[in-house]
Amino acid sequence: MSKNSFKVLRPGINTTFQDLGRNNLYHVGLPFSGAIDKRNFIIANSLITNKEDDAVLEFAYQGPLLEFSGSQTSIVITGNVNFKIIKKDASEIKGECYRTYNLNNKDCLDIISTEKSVYGYLSVKGGFQINKFCNSYSTTVRAEVGPNDGKKIEIGQTIILNAVDSAIEKSLEYLNSKIEFIRVIKGTNFDYFSEDSIKDFTSKDFIVSKLTDRMGMRLSGPKIKNLKKTNIKSEGLGKGVIQVPADGDPIVMLSDHGTIGGYPKIAVVISADYDKLAQCPPGEKIKFKIVNLTEAENLYKIYTMETKNIINKIR
Amino acid sequence: MIKNIYNLGDAALYCDFGDTVNKETNLKVINYFNDIREKNIIGIKNIAPSYNKLIIYFDLELTNYKKIKDTVENLDISTFESAKTKIVKIPVCFDDEFALDLERVEKEVGLGKKEIVNQLISQKYFCYMTGFIAGMPFLGDIKEKIRLDRLETPRVKVPKGSVGITEQFCNIYTFESPGGWNIIGNSPKKIFTKDPTKLTLIDPGDEVEFFEISKKEYSKFNEQK
Repeated sequence: MSKNSFKVLRPGINTTFQDLGRNNLYHVGLPFSGAIDKRNFIIANSLITNKEDDAVLEFAYQGPLLEFSGSQTSIVITGNVNFKIIKKDASEIKGECYRTYNLNNKDCLDIISTEKSVYGYLSVKGGFQINKFCNSYSTTVRAEVGPNDGKKIEIGQTIILNAVDSAIEKSLEYLNSKIEFIRVIKGTNFDYFSEDSIKDFTSKDFIVSKLTDRMGMRLSGPKIKNLKKTNIKSEGLGKGVIQVPADGDPIVMLSDHGTIGGYPKIAVVISADYDKLAQCPPGEKIKFKIVNLTEAENLYKIYTMETKNIINKIR
Repeated sequence: MIKNIYNLGDAALYCDFGDTVNKETNLKVINYFNDIREKNIIGIKNIAPSYNKLIIYFDLELTNYKKIKDTVENLDISTFESAKTKIVKIPVCFDDEFALDLERVEKEVGLGKKEIVNQLISQKYFCYMTGFIAGMPFLGDIKEKIRLDRLETPRVKVPKGSVGITEQFCNIYTFESPGGWNIIGNSPKKIFTKDPTKLTLIDPGDEVEFFEISKKEYSKFNEQK
């Protein structure tokens, strides 16, 4: 029996295998990694009826062009993604996110771009034939760790799929919403910064810079003035931590961040808003709003409840 | 013990062990780290020890700040033994090809190359923490004679294996990375092994010794490729 597989005709800009992330290795310098947009990751696996922690392919800006070989497979794409399926007879089907498609031998899946967002997800029924490293399918490119030798997907390579017998037909009505503010909790060095700068931080627009990847998001806007010291003793960092180096431009730590850093922490993005922040492409304007711990905890409860409600609407 | 506990965002506990960076404080951090790991506390997802801080990340779906804080505050950690540590010997080549900042270091500290190398290899170092990039050890304390500040403008790419010094510390760049430490040599030894049973050669609390190798010896056992 021939195996189901994808041939990579175009890898896309930053295409990697990801799951919910890798725990318990901060102390050796490995961050969580994992799918940046957790909600869209979970929806992808739910729609295709995979296990919640199965691996998906995450892509950024431009996705891969994949040629399918084998009997048939079902796929789904989540996020805000422009894609098409090119059938063997060269006819084209315009793809819709949150809807499963069946691919037959020699069909091509062309993931053209993410729209007004950064990350999208491809989940395949039955998952990929890859191995876990330290209990996770997530790739940390900088440490060369995870499936595919810890590398991004490359042109010409073959991705083997797990065999499945049944085709899936599922869909979901869902629109990724934007929020007015990215909510944050005060950081451990909040009082290092001038009163005016705190006012700027919580009232003015910050623009996502081009120097943004899975490690971190650099912002530009009003310079944040540090009154105390611009370096602290190096210490642990986490997803969503906002550091301000001496130049006054904040950097938000994203899922592949360096695990230790020595810049003061002005704030931390709340868990409920992390997906939405990370999906902001370069050039987008962001406004921050401070909330307290209890509010953040409640907002996370709402976030998880919303995710469950979305999953329940799958037909 | 822990001087103060704060929340870092909504899903992490930030434990502050005091302002000073020394072996004594750091051993407390490492003891807490080992103890919490062994206890397998529900909801804890990750723990990041550093010089004088311990950050504990938890799963907001299973627990919360208050619960983890109560648990950590009530830990009974009375035995501060210097954990199970080992001595790791690391070969370093100080050839001009690798010693990217040697001239700057010579000028700043007023010593010649031979003396700088001797100062570095004539003692054991304590590993305070590992991280930033996978497996990178933060070692200290280097002799006062060879201490200096980091580069004013960090390098965009520090070569893999580079051995750097700054302030009271030295380190090894386990992967190519941006960085601002003064590079004076390079080690062919693979520190981050990718063997899941033993990911790194050097763990916090370990002792590290450097020994000098020639460029010929370097190319013979280059594990970095």
